[in-house]
Order: sequence, then structure tokens, then C-alpha cells
Amino acid sequence: MINLTIDRKQVQVESGTTVLEAARSMGVNIPTLCYLKNINKIGACRMCLVEVKGARGLQTSCTTPCTEGMEVTTNNTAVRAARKLVLELLLSDHNMECPTCVRAGNCELLQLSQEHGVSGIRYEGEKHAAHCDCDSPSLSIDSSKCVLCQRCVAVCREVQGVSAISLVGRGFESAVTPFWKTSIDAAACALCGQCTLVCPTGALTEKDDTEKVWAALMDPTKHVIVQTAPATRVAIGEMFGMPHGAIATGQMVAAIRSLGFDRVFDTNFSADLTIMEEASELVSRLQNGGPLPLITSCSPGWVKYAEHFFPDQLDHLSSCKSPQQMFGAIAKTYYAEKQGIDPKDIVSVSIMPCTAKKFEAARDEMNASGYQDVDYVLTTRELGRMIKQAGLNLAKLRPEEYDVPLGIGTGAGQIFGTTGGVMEAAMRTAAAWLGGTDMPRLTFQEVRGEVAGIREATVVINGNVFFLAIANGLAAAGRIMEKIKAGDTRYHFVEIMGCPGGCIGGGGQPIPSEGPDALEEVRLARIKSMYAIDEAQTIRRSHENPAIQELYREFLGAPLSHKSHELLHTHYHGRGPAGVRKAAAASGVKK
Amino acid sequence: MTAINTTTARINHFADLEALRQVSAQTLAVRTAESVRLPDAEQIQILVCGGTGCQAGKSVATRKAFEVAIREAGLSDRVSVHQVGCFGFCRMGPVVVIYPGETFYCEVAAKDVSDIITHHVMGGNPVQRLLYAPSPKEKVRVQTMAANPFYKGQQRVALKLCGHIDPEDIRESIGAGRYFALAKGLLEMTPASVIDEIKRSGLRGRGGGGFPTGKKWEFAAASVNDVKYVLCNADEGDPGAFMDRSVLEGDPHAIIEAMALAGYAIGAKQGYVYVRAEYPVAIHRLGIAIRQAREVGLLGEKILGTDFSFDIDIRLGAGAFVCGEETALIASIEGERGMPRPRPPFPAVSGLWQKPTLNNNVETYANVPDIILKGAEWYAAMGTPKSTGTKVFAVAGNIMNTGLVEVPMGTTLREIVYGMGGGIPKGKKFKAAQTGGPSGGCIPAQLLDTPMDFDTLVSLGSMMGSGGLIVMDDSTCMVDVARFYLEFTQEESCGKCPPCRVGTKRMLELLDKITTGEGTLEDIDKLEELAAGIKATSLCGLGQTAPNPVLSTLHYFRDEFIAHVVEKRCPAGKCQALTEFRIDAELCKGCGLCARKCPTNCISGEIKHPFVIDASACVKCGNCSDVCKFGAVVH
Amino acid sequence: MSCNCCKGMITEDPRFAELDAFIASAKSTPGSLISVLHKAQHLFGFLPEEVLQHIAAGLQIPPAEVYGVVTFYNYFSTEPVGRFPISVCMGTACYVQGADRVLAKIESELGIKTGQVTDDGLFSLVSCRCVGACGLAPVITIGGEVHGKLTEHDVPKLLAEIRQQAIADGLVEAPVQEPVAAGSDK
Ligand SMILES: Cc1cc2nc3c(=O)[nH]c(=O)nc-3n(C[C@H](O)[C@H](O)[C@H](O)COP(=O)(O)O)c2cc1C
Ligand code: SF4
Ligand code: SF4
Ligand code: SF4
Ligand code: SF4
Ligand code: SF4
Ligand code: SF4
Ligand code: SF4
Ligand code: SF4
Ligand code: FES
Ligand code: FES
Ligand code: FES
Repeated sequence: MINLTIDRKQVQVESGTTVLEAARSMGVNIPTLCYLKNINKIGACRMCLVEVKGARGLQTSCTTPCTEGMEVTTNNTAVRAARKLVLELLLSDHNMECPTCVRAGNCELLQLSQEHGVSGIRYEGEKHAAHCDCDSPSLSIDSSKCVLCQRCVAVCREVQGVSAISLVGRGFESAVTPFWKTSIDAAACALCGQCTLVCPTGALTEKDDTEKVWAALMDPTKHVIVQTAPATRVAIGEMFGMPHGAIATGQMVAAIRSLGFDRVFDTNFSADLTIMEEASELVSRLQNGGPLPLITSCSPGWVKYAEHFFPDQLDHLSSCKSPQQMFGAIAKTYYAEKQGIDPKDIVSVSIMPCTAKKFEAARDEMNASGYQDVDYVLTTRELGRMIKQAGLNLAKLRPEEYDVPLGIGTGAGQIFGTTGGVMEAAMRTAAAWLGGTDMPRLTFQEVRGEVAGIREATVVINGNVFFLAIANGLAAAGRIMEKIKAGDTRYHFVEIMGCPGGCIGGGGQPIPSEGPDALEEVRLARIKSMYAIDEAQTIRRSHENPAIQELYREFLGAPLSHKSHELLHTHYHGRGPAGVRKAAAASGVKK
Repeated sequence: MTAINTTTARINHFADLEALRQVSAQTLAVRTAESVRLPDAEQIQILVCGGTGCQAGKSVATRKAFEVAIREAGLSDRVSVHQVGCFGFCRMGPVVVIYPGETFYCEVAAKDVSDIITHHVMGGNPVQRLLYAPSPKEKVRVQTMAANPFYKGQQRVALKLCGHIDPEDIRESIGAGRYFALAKGLLEMTPASVIDEIKRSGLRGRGGGGFPTGKKWEFAAASVNDVKYVLCNADEGDPGAFMDRSVLEGDPHAIIEAMALAGYAIGAKQGYVYVRAEYPVAIHRLGIAIRQAREVGLLGEKILGTDFSFDIDIRLGAGAFVCGEETALIASIEGERGMPRPRPPFPAVSGLWQKPTLNNNVETYANVPDIILKGAEWYAAMGTPKSTGTKVFAVAGNIMNTGLVEVPMGTTLREIVYGMGGGIPKGKKFKAAQTGGPSGGCIPAQLLDTPMDFDTLVSLGSMMGSGGLIVMDDSTCMVDVARFYLEFTQEESCGKCPPCRVGTKRMLELLDKITTGEGTLEDIDKLEELAAGIKATSLCGLGQTAPNPVLSTLHYFRDEFIAHVVEKRCPAGKCQALTEFRIDAELCKGCGLCARKCPTNCISGEIKHPFVIDASACVKCGNCSDVCKFGAVVH
Repeated sequence: MSCNCCKGMITEDPRFAELDAFIASAKSTPGSLISVLHKAQHLFGFLPEEVLQHIAAGLQIPPAEVYGVVTFYNYFSTEPVGRFPISVCMGTACYVQGADRVLAKIESELGIKTGQVTDDGLFSLVSCRCVGACGLAPVITIGGEVHGKLTEHDVPKLLAEIRQQAIADGLVEAPVQEPVAAGSDK
């Protein structure tokens, strides 16, 4: 243990703790901009400068380890002047258009400027050449608002292992861009949006589609339906002052209905449908010697990543469309038929925790019904903004129910939104199908877990041994794929989610008001709520969903039927540019 | 010669090294200032400079011409030609020195070779017209280096073998004593005693900061790790400084030897020299030296039969000044963008590939072998108590003799400028000297007697830096100089941290305003405020020192800033927007010379009558003012 | 593969084979990216997109990171350079001796600005910071060869000599002809 004083107060911390961490642990909030807990510690932004007695000049607390007897001052004239200068300089090179910026509500730069009393910008001058990359259906990069904190670059490299973006150029003209300064669309990017979660400003954001949805809602000739992904309901409340992971299902439904949607449905329904198809696909591959392991394909971030980085391994991926796309296909066929609505008049909107879903919905092959399966995808953040625009306070709304029949989902569908959830849902159904006489198992604790890369588990159901693996975050996905590519055939079934923690940690989820350092904690709270919703449910196995049973009876026939194949399954193809995973040897030690 | 004689056996013992020394001892014995012209049977050696500067003056052709001429004259058995490294007097290149007698020839072109062969080599009479004339007017010429005022007063330690040996032949280096310090270290000293020797010598880093070298070695030695690295910083980013280039080109084995000693002292097996890509000759020579050292076993496994193994690789820079900063240099060696990293952790604890790393500058290393060989006391006796030894200055700018000058620390600026430097040309006055490059500051005329050592320079608001010394005469605008340095740092900022990335840009914009006549007194205050803030908040030395040239010129030449903003006048006539050229009709003799030299033909007049300048067409090039013999063009 | 544009080039152009051999030898050395880039620039004269893609795949470094490195260092160019790249030293020693006037003269002689290539592809112009020949200030390099003690008055002759030689060697056609596309090496 190390003893030091911060602002004249004694503290004891473990060796290796930085001054920033020590200060925060005692409630002294040193401002930061480039620091990202466990991910980015580069001392770039100079916001966290403090005075350390005896040291030459001010020190960045985010990189300075505590040492015995250290005396730190976090607030004096020199420190305040330094931080203010940094902010003034940043703002002098910033495209300040706060009133029209999506991040104004929780922009860290704006907030810091307020907190530090930046009352005018003494130094004005030329701004760096800005370029705006808005070609992608998922993301926008506007370099005029970038402060070059490099948090996005670090997340993409360290957490996602993709390195689709990098710091490019030097000095005043540095910028974050993909290879050759092309659009992110032309890069080997998963469009997972993890970078948008950590950007402190409006430089990296989801592509905003709210205006298109407003237009559809205001069009009387359109029947506008919506599906909400499992992970959205445990996150949206955060945008309205509710605690992390607050369950806001009923309020969300109420709010959406108030916005003017004709029907409010649930992606949990089509998650159950996915399990029906995917579990059948697993059984069929096991019986007929199809390529194993079978790997889930419901995360479009993961799928796009696989198409860039592992184009020769795509036959492992389940041919099932994601729940979002299954929903879309069913809505414009079965539902349209049942309701007697011409599918061309249906506008299908989905609310997703995900930026990659925007891209998925726009994929060429997603139109089995003859129409685009899903018309517009909004992230949880965009929905939150629409609710605010409509003047609704979600936290105060009286809860309402989803519409039937596409609003009926089970606990199994619900847990799709967390890492291990698809696996557990599949095992529940498998246990029931293969279970023999025993009470089929409901809980598979062994596949659950926190945000921790790769988990392996062996599940035995009535003598059938399943060797399973679960990966979340694309860096982990890459690692497990290397194994599979190298011929590791132990696994039967592998669940891969593109985002850390699964969709609850999706790139379209609300950004914690405390900033992205709170993400770890926030993800855990959301995961907890996912299982809480599941437990409160009476029906917790997908195949027991009455609406699903009815769908098969009335429309699809059986899983993997011809019709299912036509509407609910798809194919993948290698995608350029080819992704390059960093070689382990690229950074090494020469002996 | 690029590959050494394959019969040279591997050196496994001290005796092998001693034996190899003998091979070239005789050749080298001739190359002393004392050696005099002996009877005709005596061997004659012609040393032709092969440094970058002289090569630019086609010294390779000169050398080849000598080789051909000697062959054709049938002198091959007693006259030999040797390519050596830089003599430090590049402006007078190609330089040729002939032993015995140390005759120092300047600007020797291939066409001059026959004269030298006929008159000097065969006739025994130096070719007067090719000797150095210290004063252009008096035409008195000096024959030897020792008599040359440029070399008089110099005391060469780091540069002692530059120009003296063939850097592409390890036998000459060994003959001149290279690797005997390594032998002494490995065979007679412990790592701790090597470090102790360096510490007691008082040697301080020549790369800029002046950090005590022994202490640095001690820190690196104290870090416990199986893998450690020794780096040599040969990025030499300070524009105008070229001593590191000169050492690498002229005496590369000094660096190899010193790095091996450092490896022995701290417990490292691998070294890297990071050389700027702009130095192809240095890279080439160093590569040859490393290969030859490996061939004879002075690099590689079990050096000199001991258990110590050490090897060196070269890494190239790619045109980024910031890569001279050691953490950026490390990032660059790792193959990344050369962006500085915060310290702690210090490289001595966690540097290259997170391993303990020692980094020193080329010139720092060049001093090491002699300290080990001759002892700390010998070294510490030179210079001043707190800045021991000698320092190489790259003297450039408005001065008669530009070149590398190595003098004891504490030598005054006046001695350098008016001694070796030969004073200011064209009868102009000394205005200021800039030291420390873009991190340093200026020393004005009233401080000409400043002793040049680390601490005095810092106390004057400048710094030693790498030893660049730019002399400026009274036609220099100090505001423009400040702007020049800031433009440099602004362009070279890596962009990682806002104070440097944006702050230097804002400072440059303010200086632009001032030099174009748009500035206000408030802008000068803003400059000072910004300067202080940038120094206090920047991540690395680049940003922390970038404002120095501005602060220093503001300190000593504030009146010039005021003239620019209040009177809208550039006293030196450099800032174009603030300068108007005019012909004083009283003084003009009507010779018409200015009109002929004016690029825009905007001067008109009748011969023998005063000429006039059409200000609307004048591009302010200053030609007219330069050429007028009567001082009639005023601004 | 969405992009096939470089496929043909890679198999046909022997320089890629040489680059591959270099990559193979450098791959096991940590941090070899910069030396590979030096090699590639030496081979191709500059670093076009497909070459960088090729290096990224060969060294297993994500292309964005390779690009980040390339754009950090002044020495690397992603644009074609002239047959005789001119680099004017704007280091302190050269600046104090009038390098700015030399640069201005070259710009006006060639009719290009710093960072551009002449229409005939013969010259390109950049400024640099010190080549270590400061004793000869002001200094420029043309195709790597150092020319010292220059004044702006020496510039026209120097450039004319090179151009004449180039015409004599058939590298470019005599003036008034259509300019050849810069860096076309098909
Ligand atoms: C911006 C910047 C540029 C530098 N450039 C050089 C350089 O070109 N050569 C050098 O030896 N040191 C340079 N340094 C200093 C190095 O960081 C380092 O202190 C030095 O190499 C240590 O060696 P020494 O102790 O032998 O001086 C530079 C420092 C900064 C901040
Ligand atoms: S990023 Fe922040 S500071 Fe910039 S315009 Fe948006 S809200 Fe304002
Ligand atoms: S914060 Fe002030 S400046 Fe900004 S929109 Fe509101 S009233 Fe206007
Ligand atoms: S969307 Fe994902 S893969 Fe693409 S740049 Fe952002 S973090 Fe990287
Ligand atoms: S885009 Fe955002 S996260 Fe990335 S560097 Fe810029 S400000 Fe930081
Ligand atoms: S894990 Fe969920 S949020 Fe992330 S990319 Fe996949 S589907 Fe989208
Ligand atoms: S001070 Fe300048 S060079 Fe140094 S890290 Fe900051 S931006 Fe880069
Ligand atoms: S300054 Fe130059 S352009 Fe102006 S008159 Fe004199 S020679 Fe002509
Ligand atoms: S050179 Fe001087 S004296 Fe001669 S015409 Fe010009 S101004 Fe008059
Ligand atoms: S948070 Fe410490 S420097 Fe950015
Ligand atoms: S290069 Fe010949 S004296 Fe310097
Ligand atoms: S400053 Fe121009 S060569 Fe050094």
C-alpha cells in the first residue's frame, strides 16, 4: 500500500494506482478528456493536470502512478489556468454549433467548458481542415468536432481488435480517419458503433434517421409498426434520469405509442423465432454432418466483421437472419396478410441498441418479402431523442403493453440482448427437445458471465454433450475465430456478439451521463435487469411462445421449412476490403 | 574499402586487438601535425574528405582524379589516397589534407589535382592558391590545420578522429585506438566501475537536456530485467547542427564502442542507432562499420573472449523532428507514429518494447571511449566544474567560417564568433546568436562574453541544445527569426496534445499578424500569455520549449516587436509588408547597377542621375539595397 | 473481393515480388513497418494505395494503422513525385542564408508550388529541414544529390542543365510537347 496526500487529505492506495484513480476514489473529480479506464491512458489531452510537489511542472494525473509520500494538489491557480487554457485552445479549433449538435445534451467538451468557467475564447484563428464522412448508413464522422482524444481509436483497436480507424496526418492537421481517408463505409469496419459510445463530443455519432421516421409517422397513408430490441428497455430509462439498467419496458411502449406508431411490437418475438430455426439448424448439422461449430449470426456487427476478416469461414455462420430481419420479413408477409394490409404501405421501424443494424437493414439481400424487411432502424439514443422532441418524460409515463401477436415474447427471447443469452435460450429449447424424462433445465449459469472475452462451457443434456463457447467484443471474436480457422473442432455451438457484454453494451445505447468510464458498471446493471425480466416471465422457453406456435401452424409450417428458408434465412459473402488482424509478432521483443 | 581483408582473423583476445593495431599504426603515425616533410622516399598520404558536405562539392571526383593521376605518374608505391570523414570545415570543401606536413587544401576540384601532384607531391611546394586564406582581403594563406584560425583554439575529443582515419576500414580505427576502451572496460573493469568512471567525469548529455550521463546509466543498470536496450539518438533534428552526422561519417566505431560499453555497463545485449533518413552517407558508413565490427568479433557473441555479447542494428527515421524526443524515438523504432509518451514510466524503467532502455546522443557517446581510456579526471579537467569536457558547436549563419568547432565548455561566445568563426562578413555587425535550435533562445551582442556552458545558457533564457549556433548580423529581423522557429515547431508538432497542436498555431498566427503589420500591443501580451501556458501544459519537450525563441527575443529585442506593431516598421527591412525600398537621391550616384539587378525592372533612371523605384511594382526582394555600393537604397 | 484493381498490377509488376521478399525477411523483426515503407518508397517512388494495402496484409498490420504511420512522416509520400525530386532545405542555417529566396526562385522557374509536380513529371518540389550540409547553406537536394552554396541566381542554370540532360536522355520530350502523365509506370 502507498500513502499519499491529495489536497491535504491522506489516502492509502494500492501500488500501481494512478493519481487520477486515487483522487476519484476519494470523491475528487479531476477532469479528463482522453482518459478511458483500462483502455486509453496516453496523457494526450492535458485536462487532468495536477501539481505534484517536487515534480518539474504539472503532471497528468491519468498517467502518473502514486508514490509514497507524494503530495498532490488538484486545484490551485496554476492547475485551473492550465485546464482553462487547454479548453480555450480546443474550442478555438472547434466547430462550435452546440444548439444543433446531437451531443449537446451530454457533450464532455461542452460540460468541461461550463465547469471551468470558460467565458470567452481569447485566442482565435484558423481551424483545421474539416472533413465529414456521412456516407455510411450507420455512422458519421465529423472531424470539425474532434478533439483528438483518441478514445475511439483505442476502443476500436483494444476492445474490438478491428483498427478500422487511426490517427492520420500530423500536428494541426491530424484527424481520425479510416485507411486512405476513405469513408468508413469503404473500410473493414464492423460498424459496431463502440467508438461512438466513447467519443466525448459530436465528432463520432450514429447516423441520424429520426427525421425519416418522423416523416413516416406523419404520413397518414402509412401503417407504421415498430419492434423494440431486448436490450433497449433496460437502457432507455437512463436518458430520462432513471438509474443504470432501469427496466422501462412499459414506459417505453407507452412513449412509442404516443409518438404515433400504429403498432408496437417486440423483437423478443422474433428472437424466439430465431431460436426455433437456429436450434433446428444445430440439430440438423449435428445429424447430417454440417460444418461445425455452428456460430450465431444475429449480431450484424459480428457478421460484417466476419465477412471482412474471415471470409473463408462463413459457412460456420448460422444461415438464420437476425431477429430484427426475421421480424421484418414476417411483418411484411404473415402480419400484412393477417391484417389485410398491403405490405407496400407498411413502414417497419426497429429500435435497436445497435448502429450495425442500420447497415444490416440496408443489405441488398434483406428483402425476401419483396420489400425491404426493415425500413428504418433507430438506435436507443435516437428513440430517446424523439421522445424528448415529443415532449414526453418517459420516466413519468404509465406503462403500457405491447400489441399482439408480434409483441409476444418469452424470457428466452429477452436474454438475447446479453452475452450468453442466445446460447442459454437455445439450450433451454434443446433441453426440452432432448430432455427425456427429467425436468428440462431452465438456467444455464455456466454460459452466463460478465464482459470477459471468451467463455467455454460443456453442457450435457440427456447424454448429449455440447461443447460451447461464447465470445463478446470483436477482439474476442477474432481470437476464437483464429482457433476455429486453425482447425479447432471441439466446439459444437458458438455464440458471438459484436459488442462487449452483448447488445446491452451496443454502440447505439445511451451514453452514461457520467461518461464512458461508467460503461463497465452500466453494462453489469443492464445484464442484471435482463435476467430479472426473464425470471419474471411465465413463459421462458422460445418454443413455448404461443404466438410462435401459431405462426408455424398458420404460416411457416415447421422450422427449416421451404417458407422459413425463403423468409428467415440468408447467406453471407466475403466483403472488401479484406480486414487485417494485427499479428501477435507485430509488437514484440527482440531478445 | 568496404570489405576488410578476409584474412583478418576474429579478435578473441586483447592480444589480437593489439596485433591489429600494429597493422595500421605506421600508416597513422604519418598523420600528425608534427610530422614534417622528410626525404623523397617518405610515404605521402593524401586524405580527401568524403563527408556529406564535400561530397556535395564533388569530392568523390576529386579523390578519383587523385587516384588516376598517381597511377599515371607511377607514384603508386609511395603515394596513397584515403577517403576520410568530415573535417568540420565543409564550406571550404572539398577539403584535402596531405601528410606529412598536414597541408590543408580547400575547394579542391578534380581539375586542381594535377597541380597538386606536380607542385606539391613531386615538387615539394604547396599550391598556394588552394590554401586557406583567413582574410579575403589580405590574401595571406595558411598551410597547416594547426595554423588555420578555424582550428586554433579547438580542442577535439568527440571529433578527434574525424578527418583523420578512413571510416570504412576498421583497421584504421583500431590503429587509432578505438576498441581499447571497450577492452579495458570488459577486461579490467566491472559494469559498476564503468558507470562510476562516467559519473565522475561529469559528462552530461549532448542531445539537448544536459542530463548527467553517468546517472542515466546508473538508473538503467538498476532496472532489473533480462532484456534491456541501448539506443543511440542520431536523429539530429536541430536544423543547422551537423556534429552527429560528422561523427557517424568520420568515426563510426566510436559510437559502436561506446554503445557496447554502455551495454556492458547496464546489462544490455542489443543496441539500436536511430539515424535520420536524410543522412545517407552516415547510414552507409555506420552500416559498414557495424558489419566490420561483427566480422572481427567486436560485436556479436562473446566479445574479446569474454561472456559479454552485444549487437547493434540501424533504424531509420523518416522525417519527423519530434522523433528526436526519446519516447517518440522509441515509438518510431517500434514501427509506430513517432508520438511522445508521458513519463513516468521513464525509459530507464520501461522504454523500447516496455524494457529498460538507455538512450544517449551521438556526441555523448563519442566522448565515452576516451573517458574510459584516459580516466574521469582527465575529462573533468576540461571545461567548467558543472559542464565538463568539450562541446561541438555547429557554427552557421552570418559568419565568415561556418563549420564544426569543438571547444572546452565555458569558451565564450566571442571567442567562437571572432576566433574560429572569423567574425561577421561584409562588414556587418554581430546582432545575436541563437543556440539550442527551436528549443533555445538568442544571445544578444551585449552578452558576447557569455561562457558557453549548460547552466549559463539556461540562465540567459536559451539552452545548449545540440550545439547549433546560428550567428545573425544586423540585417536580421529578430521578430522574423522568432517566427521562423515557431513555424518550425508548429509544423513539427506531432499533434498529440492541444497546447502544442493548437497553441503553437495561435502563436504563429499572432507572429504573422505582427510581421505583416497587423499586430497590436495586446497581441504581444497574448503571445507571452500563450507562451507561458504552452510551456506549462505541453506533453513533451517540443511543446514545452517551443515558445523559448519567442520569449527570448521578446526579452532582448522587445523594441523590435514594438517597432513592428506601433511604428509599423521592420527595423531590419526583412518583413516585406513593413518595408519600403526607396532611393536616396542625395546618395545615389546614378550608376544603374540596382536597375540591372531588379527582378521586376521597377527601377528607372538616367545614368549619372538619381534613380527611382516604382514602389507599386517592387516585390521587396532587397537586391537593389544589397548591390548599391553607395548605400543609396534605404528602407 | 470487392477490389480487383490491384490484382493485375501485383502479379505483373516485378517490384511487388521484390517488396514481398523484403517483407518476408523483415516480418519477424518487430517494428519493421518503417523499414518496409522505406523499401517500398524506394521501389515505387511513392506509396500508392495498393502498395500500402499490400504491406498491411504482408506485415499483418491493419491498413488504417499503416496509413497512420505513413502520413505521420514527411519522408513518405502518397503522391507521385517527379523524376528529379527537389528538396529545398529550410533549416535554420539555410534560412538565415536566404533559402526562402532560393525556394521562391525554384517555384517561379518551375511554375509549381511546394508539394507539386511539374506537368512533364520531371521535377517535384518539397522543402525539408536540414540535410546536415549546413556548412554549405543554402542547400538543396535534387534526386538525393546535394547542391550547396546556392543563390537564387544559380537556380535557372541548374534546372536548365538537368532538363537538358533529361531531354538528351529521352526521359522527357523537348518543351512545347504534350506533358507526360506524372508517375505513369504501366
Ligand atoms: C523535440 C525534441 C527533439 C529532440 N531531438 C534530439 C535529437 O535530434 N538528437 C538527440 O540526441 N536528442 C534529441 N532530443 C533529446 C532527447 O530526447 C534525449 O534527451 C537525448 O537523446 C538524450 O541523450 P543525451 O542524454 O545523451 O543528451 C530531443 C528532444 C526533444 C524534446
Ligand atoms: S461537440 Fe460539444 S462542444 Fe462541439 S458543437 Fe457539439 S455539443 Fe458543442
Ligand atoms: S446556451 Fe446561450 S448561446 Fe447557447 S443557445 Fe442557449 S441561450 Fe443561446
Ligand atoms: S464502428 Fe466499430 S469497428 Fe468501426 S470504427 Fe467504430 S469501433 Fe471500430
Ligand atoms: S472522434 Fe471522438 S473519440 Fe475519436 S478522437 Fe475525435 S473526439 Fe476523440
Ligand atoms: S452485439 Fe448487439 S448491439 Fe452489438 S453489433 Fe451485435 S447486434 Fe449490434
Ligand atoms: S508537445 Fe507537441 S510534439 Fe510533444 S506530444 Fe504534445 S503535440 Fe506532440
Ligand atoms: S527591392 Fe527588389 S523588386 Fe524592389 S526595387 Fe529593389 S530590386 Fe526591385
Ligand atoms: S546602385 Fe545605388 S547608386 Fe547605383 S543607381 Fe542604384 S541606388 Fe543609385
Ligand atoms: S485525461 Fe489525462 S491527459 Fe487526458
Ligand atoms: S564534409 Fe568535408 S569538411 Fe565537412
Ligand atoms: S540547415 Fe540546411 S542543411 Fe542544415
